[in-house]
Amino acid sequence: MQRYIVKRLFQGLLLLVIVSTIVFAVGRLTGNPVDLLLPEEASEEERQAMIEALGLDGPILEQFVVFITGAVQGDLGVSIRYRQPAVDVFFSRLPNTLMLMPGVMLLAIVMAIPLGVLSALRRGRLTDRISGTIAVLGIATPNFWLGILLIYLFSVQLGWLPSSRMGDWSHFVLPTVTLGTFLVAGFMRLIRSSMLDILDSEFVKLARIKGLSEMKVVWKHCLRNALIPVLTLWGVFMGALVTGTIVTETVYAWPGVGRLTYEAVIFRDYPLLQAVVIMDAVLILVINLVVDILYAYVDPRIRFT
Amino acid sequence: MNGNIALEVRDLHTHFFLRRGVVKAVDGVSFTLHRGEVLGLVGESGCGKSVTALSLMRLLPNEAARTVQGQILLEGEDLLTKSKRQMRQIRGRKISMILQDPQTSLNPVFTIGNQLSEVIDTKGAGRGKSVMQQAIEVLRKVKLSAPEQRVHQYPHELSGGMKQRVVGAIAMHRGPGVLITDEPTTALDVTIQLQYLNLLKELQQDTDMAILFITHDFGVVARMCDRVAVMYAGRIVETGPVRDVFNNPSHPYTQALIASVPKMQRSAARLHTIEGQPPVLSDLPAGCRFEARCPYAEARCRAAYPDSFTVGAGHAASCWRLEPA
Repeated sequence: MQRYIVKRLFQGLLLLVIVSTIVFAVGRLTGNPVDLLLPEEASEEERQAMIEALGLDGPILEQFVVFITGAVQGDLGVSIRYRQPAVDVFFSRLPNTLMLMPGVMLLAIVMAIPLGVLSALRRGRLTDRISGTIAVLGIATPNFWLGILLIYLFSVQLGWLPSSRMGDWSHFVLPTVTLGTFLVAGFMRLIRSSMLDILDSEFVKLARIKGLSEMKVVWKHCLRNALIPVLTLWGVFMGALVTGTIVTETVYAWPGVGRLTYEAVIFRDYPLLQAVVIMDAVLILVINLVVDILYAYVDPRIRFT
Repeated sequence: MNGNIALEVRDLHTHFFLRRGVVKAVDGVSFTLHRGEVLGLVGESGCGKSVTALSLMRLLPNEAARTVQGQILLEGEDLLTKSKRQMRQIRGRKISMILQDPQTSLNPVFTIGNQLSEVIDTKGAGRGKSVMQQAIEVLRKVKLSAPEQRVHQYPHELSGGMKQRVVGAIAMHRGPGVLITDEPTTALDVTIQLQYLNLLKELQQDTDMAILFITHDFGVVARMCDRVAVMYAGRIVETGPVRDVFNNPSHPYTQALIASVPKMQRSAARLHTIEGQPPVLSDLPAGCRFEARCPYAEARCRAAYPDSFTVGAGHAASCWRLEPA
């Protein structure tokens, strides 16, 4: 198990190096960042001063060495807009985003598992069709659209919930629902289809031959196996969640890293954007590592391999 | 009610109601299984052997399959009248089953001990012993090596033969009066097959358990069974003591089946095959179902399904040629 984790850590490190290289390359090789950072009417002296300040006057390889050396030490440059180290800005916003996650995960688990299992057990019947329709809608509706709809309904028309910014629990409801819908819908369909496969399997037949109750057959023998493909695709969903926060936090003016990413783009805060992308990559890698460890716990066949 | 009878099946019909028609997978199967007896149920793929087995367990695979007629008398009580709850009490305790493929019969995410523990009684006979201790004893009974370690292992860490022993242990632990085995050795290596069959036979002789042994292999029937029932297109066409059926196969299908078993002595000879295909189970002929492939077919074979005629002690076959003149 330890060897497995160490191996995964090394793979993660390698991936991080690749991501950093791409971020660096995209920043330097697709044009001079200074053009993005300075207003169009800036003078040549201002440009030159900025180039020197950002260390863009050396050869590209030297720049890369400087960038990587800094990155390894946790220095990803200084945000132009905030005039603070970009990493510090990222971490000051991170808790606000992380605060949304337990609710989203809880929603996904509490809704997706029972609904997925139920649709599989009632395959083709009304319950299955209704949940299937809702799932398709949930997957197909873009976050920004859903966010606007929810604000219109619950904030503007009904006036039940606040439409933006952080605050008491009521501020959490709409962003959580917006972020969670895609996860719930995706997980639900995944659990349904893997449950259907598993309900037909021989070990379920043997469980019934043993005379076990349906409760035990479904919730013990089937569910744990049905969750394996969900975990496999967890990384994909996490990617969707990170991009989802960018849109959702923008819609709800939520001061998290998603909104920060959006701001970095809008205000052409290049060092900050660089930092946010790399830190998002780190975040996704950490989540995936946790999932892989969890995966090994759920499916004994992949342990020690 | 004969106290010697473990299971009696009367006129069992299990049909699949599909969009393209009704598939009569089991269409009037009757047989009797005595205590301590091994009855072979033989036939080619798709003749309804496995559906018969699942019908007896009341574990038909989906809603399209239904047992529409018949009686399944286990200890004199008809299983078809039992509720789902009652069936759960009966399965595993009074009637049990070993499935064909050991690779898929065990749940990959739970340890052997965990899966065994589900059939272990912690209140009655096993009082005072831990579940794991009992699980180890159960594995010892099926002669699994190093049972102390096996209980903590997962199915993928065991070989096919070892897994099938575990499945056997699970199926037999609660001492069911009737055990159904659906091609239990088909997925195993030949050498392992023999060991497994010997083990089954041994465990069966220690108790008065009756076994319904489903197979397509006549060699296995000769080794394992006391009596044999030959199934063709949803019905049993011949039944009798193994020796009698082998020496005097009376139904043309049984004759053809026995002739098609390859023999070691005549290695150069061409393998014997039965010409043609079995009838489509959704469109069965009115008369004998083997008529189209039968070398002795006559007009009356097409007209009506033959009655069962006695050819010896406990030996009967459904063929018009056997009708006493």
